[in-house]
Amino acid sequence: MSDPTQEPADSEQISEGLRVAVDLNRCQAYAQCCYAAPEHFVLQGREALFYHPAPPLSARDAVERARLACPVQAIRVEVVTDRSA
Amino acid sequence: MSANGHAVIVGAALAGLRGAEAMRRAGFSGRLTLVGAEPHRPYDRPHLSKHMLTGEVSAAATALPNLVPLDAEWRLGTAATGLDRANRRLSLADGTTLPYDRLLIAAGTRARPWPNPAEGRLRGVHTLRTRDDAAALRAALVAGPRRVLIIGGGFIGCEVASACRTLDLPVTIVEPGPVPLARVLGRHLGAVVAALHEARGVELRSGTKVERLEDDGSGRVARAVLSDGDTIEADLVVVALGAVRNTEWLEGSGLKADEGGVDCNAYGQVLGEDGRADSAIAAAGDVARFPHPLYDGRRVALEHWGHAVAQAEHAGRLLAGADPGPAYAEVPAFWSAQGGITIKSVGLTEGADALAIAQGDPKAGRFLAVYGAKGRCIAAVSFDSGRWLPAYAEQIAARAPFPPIRGAADQGSLTILDPAFPEA
Ligand SMILES: Cc1cc2nc3c(=O)[nH]c(=O)nc-3n(C[C@H](O)[C@H](O)[C@H](O)COP(=O)(O)OP(=O)(O)OC[C@H]3O[C@@H](n4cnc5c(N)ncnc54)[C@H](O)[C@@H]3O)c2cc1C
Ligand code: SF4
Repeated sequence: MSDPTQEPADSEQISEGLRVAVDLNRCQAYAQCCYAAPEHFVLQGREALFYHPAPPLSARDAVERARLACPVQAIRVEVVTDRSA
Repeated sequence: MSANGHAVIVGAALAGLRGAEAMRRAGFSGRLTLVGAEPHRPYDRPHLSKHMLTGEVSAAATALPNLVPLDAEWRLGTAATGLDRANRRLSLADGTTLPYDRLLIAAGTRARPWPNPAEGRLRGVHTLRTRDDAAALRAALVAGPRRVLIIGGGFIGCEVASACRTLDLPVTIVEPGPVPLARVLGRHLGAVVAALHEARGVELRSGTKVERLEDDGSGRVARAVLSDGDTIEADLVVVALGAVRNTEWLEGSGLKADEGGVDCNAYGQVLGEDGRADSAIAAAGDVARFPHPLYDGRRVALEHWGHAVAQAEHAGRLLAGADPGPAYAEVPAFWSAQGGITIKSVGLTEGADALAIAQGDPKAGRFLAVYGAKGRCIAAVSFDSGRWLPAYAEQIAARAPFPPIRGAADQGSLTILDPAFPEA
């Protein structure tokens, strides 16, 4: 897991990085994402998926691998490179 | 409706964001404005009672991914204060007005406050709904309270208690019902939840109520007095008494709305007090009350993440003028993570008159229970057995006969239990 204390201060929006949301209704804890990107997706216990919702931009490839590996397409990712959108 | 014009969304959170995306996907190319009472862009609330409290996720990290370019204007930190349907105009808290020609109401809910306002204002008394609430609660947990008292053993109360134990903090849940989650799961499954938390060191006080909160003489909460006369010394209190829908701003709009939500028809169009649908306005997410086709058209307002997404997508297509398809009929579903296990549910348990453990064994901590009403499957709840759930979700969607048909053939006959909901 990356260290959350490395993230920007609370009220600030991140200006660059990834945003991840997993639909945990769909997720069946198959853990393919955990193999694809072990730094960002971890099974805690038998069925509780813990994922990092705001990995750095450098994790882009790993997180994309995880997204594609998920058999139930539960992972949603946005790549944020600038906040003007 | 045309592809242009001005679409306004009130509530810049999960349903607001997914509704806006659905409008764009469906070809709406006009002006789009999101009005949000909170100062933040949409963020994901489920983190707030789980990994944000344990410090694994920061407040800023909870921002939701935006999945379709929105080209939107954001009016954040500005609540809508009034709706004038005759002139298709919103009033905002900053004194300005905003015209619309289509409107999505996605104003969600807020935490139900402690009924005594003076006690609720004591330092150390928290509620949990927003990212700022979670940041404040996290800071209070880090400060090392002597004991955390949680008022209310619902999902959020149980998740907060679980986070407290992960942080090795002493914690007490006071729950007026017989066991936590009894209202949603019934006593059988609530007892499994109780055992789970007690095994992790949560002190559980069921069947009693917090009568009042007392301070230490300096305005900081110090203890709670219970209806059975006992007191609990606690310097941090989390009021987890459920939610109130944000509908006050609709007063005078002629829409049918109250603390339980804004009424819509089966397509998500809001209803006037005269019962007529307003085709320019839809509602979605926690704030919307609608007739659920799966439950004989019973009007429900669901507080589930997946529902906010699905209903907002439906409403967004509707407002964009695209064919939204058949009436919104998504099978309700939610998850909760507590005490290291995942509870998942499909369907609605309300009104169940029978319960069967269809898979696994509650004693082993992994099982799936099916709820029946009048001989039909109406809901299923899994504890660390989510993989079984889709098969039962299908039976619920099909209103299949109860007891359910099970996945494996070699199991004995099902024992039918009483779900044992507490008296209302
Ligand atoms: C702590 C917590 C944990 C949760 N965990 C889970 C979980 O594990 N699983 C699950 O399925 N669900 C969970 N939920 C429920 C889920 O988060 C909600 O169902 C979801 O947030 C609903 O989204 P919404 O957009 O409809 O409403 P909300 O998220 O409530 O958003 C409504 C937004 O509208 C704004 N607003 C209100 N009034 C106005 C106004 N007049 N003008 C402008 N803006 C306004 C509010 O400030 C808010 O930002 C959890 C909820 C909480 C609070
Ligand atoms: S791969 Fe998909 S289903 Fe499996 S654990 Fe990850 S998110 Fe869940």
